[in-house]
Amino acid sequence: MNGMMTQLLGWVDARFPLTKMWKEHLSEYYAPKNFNFWYFFGSLALLVLVIQIVSGIFLTMSYKPDGNLAFGSVEYIMRDVDWGWLIRYTHSTGASAFFAVVYLHMFRGLMYGSYKAPRELLWIFGCLIYLALMAEAFFGYLLPWGQMSYWGAQVIVNLFSAVPFVGDELSLWIRGDFVVSDATLNRFFAFHVIAVPLVLIGLVVAHVIALHEVGSNNPDGIEIKKNKGPDGKPLDGIPFHPYYTVKDIVGVVVFLMVFFAIVFFAPEMGGFFLEHPNFEPANPLKTPLHIAPVWYFTPFYAILRAVPSIAGSAFPGVMAMGAAVVILFFLPWLDRSPVKSIRYRGLCFKVLLFLFVADFIMLGYLGMKPTTDLYKLLAQIGTVYYFVFFAALAIIPKFEKTKPVPERVTE
Amino acid sequence: MSTEGVDKGRRRFLTAATSVVGAVGAGYAITPFVMSMMPSARAQAAGAPVEADVSKLEPGQMMTVEWRGKPVWIVRRTEQNLQDLPSLDELLLDPTSDGSNQQPEYAKNPFRTREDRKDYAVLVGICTHLGCSPTYRPDIGAADLGGAEWKGGFFCPCHGSKFDLAGRVFSGVPAPKNLEVPPYMFLSETRILVGDDGGAA
Repeated sequence: MNGMMTQLLGWVDARFPLTKMWKEHLSEYYAPKNFNFWYFFGSLALLVLVIQIVSGIFLTMSYKPDGNLAFGSVEYIMRDVDWGWLIRYTHSTGASAFFAVVYLHMFRGLMYGSYKAPRELLWIFGCLIYLALMAEAFFGYLLPWGQMSYWGAQVIVNLFSAVPFVGDELSLWIRGDFVVSDATLNRFFAFHVIAVPLVLIGLVVAHVIALHEVGSNNPDGIEIKKNKGPDGKPLDGIPFHPYYTVKDIVGVVVFLMVFFAIVFFAPEMGGFFLEHPNFEPANPLKTPLHIAPVWYFTPFYAILRAVPSIAGSAFPGVMAMGAAVVILFFLPWLDRSPVKSIRYRGLCFKVLLFLFVADFIMLGYLGMKPTTDLYKLLAQIGTVYYFVFFAALAIIPKFEKTKPVPERVTE
Repeated sequence: MSTEGVDKGRRRFLTAATSVVGAVGAGYAITPFVMSMMPSARAQAAGAPVEADVSKLEPGQMMTVEWRGKPVWIVRRTEQNLQDLPSLDELLLDPTSDGSNQQPEYAKNPFRTREDRKDYAVLVGICTHLGCSPTYRPDIGAADLGGAEWKGGFFCPCHGSKFDLAGRVFSGVPAPKNLEVPPYMFLSETRILVGDDGGAA
């Protein structure tokens, strides 16, 4: 039996680099031995992507992308399709879980300087994944065709009409109608189930290939490839399989416990994951009293609202919101410090990063709330700090007192 | 393969020429796909005018009709409202509607209506900021909307934009332009046609 399997493997290997790929990406991919808690979120993001694709495929079997039928077909999935409620709640909770995991994954990158040379391109692929993920979530949110789906899409598509000169034509082109309508729903369905997922999967593959080319960073921010043993293997590295595959399974189990606790007991999350106005069918004549995006978009929404319109144009707010995302791409060149990990950086970096996280959470809160004078002022301060953080990263290395970075990873 | 005797200049020229022709071809090929996303013939045909019967509308009341999928408000303003409107000019961004092309020529006045029927305002009920539908707040002096300064109007819950009863935007709010006045005309004393003005514009 064993002999036959070896023969079969040999036959495949002569025609497809199966063993070579297995070694390159798993059994002989050396990852630093000092990964901590924060290194779970990359593999968890991959897990959530799989959950979303699988649950999404089964949802499309019962969903109808039609202005007259969409809302009803979602109710049909919830009530009449066997296990439909589970598949839909898994998918809707998965959307929020995806962003939660990705935000933690990005924060890890900020903490340990994982975007610095030679990982700039790896970081940029990651930013592109984040962008694709936002598009995917936005298109998907229209599909249930509830009030919040409808008016959320109306607001976001209208952002494009603020673009000077071509704005009105551009938003007309995106909607395919004079208002968000059946035509819009149908095309958003096409983007959500095929166009963006294809891009997303391609980017994830590029992200992983880039990672395995340069090697993983670690909490000490040390390049393990600099210290190789006589066998040419990094002294501080361990093979990804079995060491990290097994470790990641622990992360997967804990994650799934939390994830399904939410799916079973709090799928709406008190209106954070599934907003209450969305239980009412879309009505183009009546705006809900308060429109707020889902929680993962609210920091950027707060930035949009914080910037006043200038010379009769809402474009500055749109620009600020776009810049808040685009600036992430430039992070590898903004942060000039040669020290990667927060462990060996000065106090000023730690304070800046802590304030940035607090700022992001504050903006997220403000983006959910109706505007008042106080909230508007806070959002404006928050917006200014959001950009100050990136500018400060370029300036502080000039006087920052960093600690010496050790040669080898610490335990 | 030997590279001897290769004319590199000629090869570069051919590569560039082929690329340019290919790019033009790709441009043509992409056009039908891009254009297919514009509103279809059916969507454009759905923009037919709609008729509204305003015989039951009392002064101070508002009704909504649907035109091109958008809410269109018809507000019958009171005598008090019509007296208040000119007094608001200082609070507004564009009181004379000169700043933007948001109304037919005949509605380019402080009341933003046809000259002969100032009491009926006809407005597209979509905020010029990001497309929410503002709420009708005719209550004069509403405490949450500026107290004594508030003479009735529309408030957008999404981002806090304020408009007066002629759809004119207040200054210092996110909305950049006055509300749109659609083409309209009176078919009789109590019937308004929205979406067509008999070519008066």
